[in-house]
Amino acid sequence: MPKGFNLLKSIRKHGIFYVCVVVFIFFAIASDAFLSKNNLMNVARQVSMLGITAVGMTCVILTSGIDLTVGSVLGLSGTVCAKLMVEAGMYPALAVVVALIVACLCGALSAFLITSVRIPPLIATLGLMGTLRGVIYILCGGLPVYGFTKAFKVIGQGYIGIIPVPVIIMVVIFIIGHLFLNRSKYGRYIYGLGGNEEAARLSGVSVRGMKYVTYMFSSFCAGIAGIVMLSRLYSAQPTTGAGFEMNVITAVVLGGISIAGGEGKLSGVVAGVIIIGILTNGMILLNIDSYWQMVVQGLVLLMAVGVDQLGKAMLHKSRKAA
Amino acid sequence: MAENIILETRNISKGFPGVQALDNVGFNLRKGEVHALIGENGAGKSTFIKILTGAYQPDSGEIILNGEHLSHLNPHQAMGCGISAIYQEFNLVPYLSVAENIYFGREFTKTCFLDMDKMNDSASGIFDEMGVDINPKTRVSELSVAYKQLVEIGKAVSQNSRILILDEPTAALTNNETENLFKLIKKLQSEGVSIIYISHRLEELQEIADRITVFRDGAYIDTVAIGDTDRAGLISLMVGRKLGVDFPKPVKSSDETILEVKNLSTEGFLKNINFKLNKGEILGFGGLVGAGRTEVARAIFGLDAIVKGEIFIHGKKVFNKNPAAAIANGIGLIPEDRKDQGVLLNLSIRENIGFTFIDRITDWIIVNRKKEKKLVDEFQKKLSIKCSSTEQLVSNLSGGNQQKVVLAKWLAGDCEVLIFDEPTRGIDVGAKQEIYSLIRELAESGKGIIFISSEMPELIGMSERIIVMHEGGIEGELAAGEVSQEKILDLASGIN
Repeated sequence: MPKGFNLLKSIRKHGIFYVCVVVFIFFAIASDAFLSKNNLMNVARQVSMLGITAVGMTCVILTSGIDLTVGSVLGLSGTVCAKLMVEAGMYPALAVVVALIVACLCGALSAFLITSVRIPPLIATLGLMGTLRGVIYILCGGLPVYGFTKAFKVIGQGYIGIIPVPVIIMVVIFIIGHLFLNRSKYGRYIYGLGGNEEAARLSGVSVRGMKYVTYMFSSFCAGIAGIVMLSRLYSAQPTTGAGFEMNVITAVVLGGISIAGGEGKLSGVVAGVIIIGILTNGMILLNIDSYWQMVVQGLVLLMAVGVDQLGKAMLHKSRKAA
Repeated sequence: MAENIILETRNISKGFPGVQALDNVGFNLRKGEVHALIGENGAGKSTFIKILTGAYQPDSGEIILNGEHLSHLNPHQAMGCGISAIYQEFNLVPYLSVAENIYFGREFTKTCFLDMDKMNDSASGIFDEMGVDINPKTRVSELSVAYKQLVEIGKAVSQNSRILILDEPTAALTNNETENLFKLIKKLQSEGVSIIYISHRLEELQEIADRITVFRDGAYIDTVAIGDTDRAGLISLMVGRKLGVDFPKPVKSSDETILEVKNLSTEGFLKNINFKLNKGEILGFGGLVGAGRTEVARAIFGLDAIVKGEIFIHGKKVFNKNPAAAIANGIGLIPEDRKDQGVLLNLSIRENIGFTFIDRITDWIIVNRKKEKKLVDEFQKKLSIKCSSTEQLVSNLSGGNQQKVVLAKWLAGDCEVLIFDEPTRGIDVGAKQEIYSLIRELAESGKGIIFISSEMPELIGMSERIIVMHEGGIEGELAAGEVSQEKILDLASGIN
């Protein structure tokens, strides 16, 4: 075969990036406001929390697990941080650290339920999701918490140069996630665990330890997203983050991470997050009815994954025939 | 002689990539006989059974049932023709009742609802006829192995099976249960049901079988009437496999003991395992599948809990609570199931080779790509792993090359004791030869090797000493000079 650019092959391999470009071009043509600098920054800021949480979720799904607690952890870390600042008068920086520790503990609890009590990840995190949401309501008595120092606004609403702080945080988390998954030995273990847990165990990997690491990392990411959210909204709402886990899973799966584990790249997740951001923003710009927005978002997920699966089946067939 | 032949096969051949599982096999079964099928592991018995039940299609040959040529037999047709097989792994739904299992897929219905009464009644009728006492309303999960087997037989009876295939039916039964099973088999036999009976237990064949057919290396060897043979005769028919491989000459090992296992026992299986492994020695473990060889490896490697016994490395007592601890103590295990336990199919050759001893190529926790490349290239060359690049996914490699990747994964460290569990299963002759040389090289470099194999020629050709296991215990030990296939098989099938 001559060496050169093979469009079909490239589409098969990097399909999600092409979808990303197509969606981008579509809204660039359909809406005048879409391409403005302000709007693009807005898109980036809107997806930042989704992106931050998606990095942790990617790790979990790669181990062939799932983490449904991220929405609740996001809410809990915000509530804890808000309570500590408002009622205990804690320095914001310290409150943030405590909130993140609480988030990590939630991840450790998930890992404990999965590895020691042996509850399947879906059920363990489903149960914990509800439990933690209840804890949030109890903590704040069902009422919003507000009244922070002005400085706290910087995390969610500030800029460094022209770039919003949340976007910078997201980029940093993606870089950490990239190094962790693709360059560190733990990343190798995560892929190994998702591909063949038994083989990984027989190679001397501490399966239990790795699950603690991944679920805690996922909760840590959700915790950071919770702080960003708190700063953006400037108040802690008990409903914050409810249903958020599904958006995160959507972005990760859209990014080509196999739900069976062990397959997919974090770079794809970047595209998945951007697609969701553009779609949400673009449809608002085009004044599409919010009910229809839901329909479109669902269909996009089904189409992207469906095309990917069919492509794989075709690839498999052509390989067999060869 | 062709009286009452119910089933006959002619020139059945079946090949899988890299191995000819069956080669021109002829076989015939008379009405109302118990026909035993024996042969070593890998002789082709299972493949043959799968062809009879329609699970596999033969590459060539004919199956003739009641004088009728059957082509393209599928499992549904086989069942319709009255052929039923009962495997060691039962095909029962644990949370349904006995009657529901018996009529699974053929339920009696009244209008559009299940007719449970009718199912229970006819199941009771079948069990009465068989002379066994099972309540058809019992959930299958509550039954013991022996009763589950009876349910399977009942299911076959309910389908009016004329040919019943039993695969190692007594493997999990007590003596009492075995006797009951034999009574039932004789009863079915007297009703004209023909039985193909697969077993490794040569003693029981004297009691139950009419004729015995021996397979070896996928080929039909001989069929003998039970009165015309004895245990020694059967063993001599079963052995004599040839691999067409040269084994490198063994070197004398040193007297320095690396690994010593004392009184090792595990929960309900291994009993008092004692052995020593010297530096530079290849110690073979022989025995039938399920004799406990893999379990010894698992216990040493920290995978199964040890209830009693001690493990010493260089005279120092060690406790391997998990594989990571075993590896830290210098023990490596190349597991028997390459796809499920050995390779990480979703990763590349590079990522696989560096997986186990990743600490050797990492700075702090970050993988150092230069060191990684050096290590991976070294082993790719050393083991001549055939690939387009080391970035190639392991799932796209042949079995032999996958196994080399597993070996590379372990050789990247410096384990002093390496356990090879069936290292050449399902790989081609060329790759086998390379793996033999490699294992020999490792022994020469001073490592202690435990070599578990079901293939007699390689076990004998490779090992300095052979320990033969039977039902969780060590039955005997043979030195290289005195070993023969007959002696191994004799020990492996238990002398009582």
